[in-house]
Amino acid sequence: MLGGLLIILSCQLLGEGLVLALDIPVPGAVVGMLILLLGLMFYGEVIPGLRVAGEGLLKYLPLMLVPSGVGLMVHFELIARDWLAITLALLLSTLVTFVVTALLMERLKKPEAAEKESL
Amino acid sequence: MTSTQLTLWQQLAAAPVLWLVVTIAVFMAASWLNQRCGRTPLLHPVVVSLSVIIVLLKLVNVSYAQYMEGAVLLKFLMGPAIVALAIPLYDNLARVRDLLVPLLVGCMAGALTAALSAVGVALLMGADITTVLSLAPKSVTSPIAIEVADKLGGYGSLAAGLVLITGALGCLMAPALFRWLKIDDPAVRGFTLGVSAHAMGTAFAFEYGAVAGAFSGLAMGLTGAFTAFVLPYLMILLGITAG
Repeated sequence: MLGGLLIILSCQLLGEGLVLALDIPVPGAVVGMLILLLGLMFYGEVIPGLRVAGEGLLKYLPLMLVPSGVGLMVHFELIARDWLAITLALLLSTLVTFVVTALLMERLKKPEAAEKESL
Repeated sequence: MTSTQLTLWQQLAAAPVLWLVVTIAVFMAASWLNQRCGRTPLLHPVVVSLSVIIVLLKLVNVSYAQYMEGAVLLKFLMGPAIVALAIPLYDNLARVRDLLVPLLVGCMAGALTAALSAVGVALLMGADITTVLSLAPKSVTSPIAIEVADKLGGYGSLAAGLVLITGALGCLMAPALFRWLKIDDPAVRGFTLGVSAHAMGTAFAFEYGAVAGAFSGLAMGLTGAFTAFVLPYLMILLGITAG
């Protein structure tokens, strides 16, 4: 468990380091996530300690989001100014993204699925 | 209230542990409420919690900065949790290895559609640049969206709220849209939910079965990673930057 936490934190540290060294506008933790993913693909399995630590963290991910969400209280003026733009952008964009992704995937998977059925 | 009592309260309000206790207690109560209401996306525990805490802070006249002295501990855990997303991503990748290329194409197209359509509508409506930059990562799982919005020059906290609304909208639209588009394949349903409604979509996708859930989790992870890497450069390319 502690070893798993150390692996996760080390990946994050490595990610933060890379972001600083390369001066790229990408969150260090996301780079850390890719480092861990590559490590897992290379190693071929998730060791139990890492799984316990990782799944423990992910279980409480929603709780970790609450403090950032409370920060909305500082932006009430901005929201009051832009509420219509925000509402329209969210509604239209979610609808368009949904339709585009669904139709594209339906089209893309067809040759693969046919191939599988013929095997 | 005597002046000594006031001082005691002021001291307690300044103690970081108070806001940690409040955050966890409110979140537990909100999770319980959500479970009692059939896990509806309209009463998402995070949305309920942040609303209750904002009202509470306003009532006792405590600033966000003071609240964060304690709550920052929870926020810090977001970084390691993002790294840990690699574990379900790895599990799901192994399951869908044959479909990797179409999945990557679908996720890139979906992520770009989400960001560009949100930014486009907001710009057309004359929204403030910080609003636009906070809207850009709205289809991505909240922890990544918060970090991306901060990097772009938007507000992470605003992004967090917008991400949650997007997730709820996606889940509410899903059943009717799948019927209208005649999408029956659980893999396609799950993937679409993961790209357009992140973790909330993934939780919803499990109602269509484990396959839909796996595809959704994969889509959420891929979309998050792709957006984090591409969005900052895309915004610079389009000249949509803060200041």
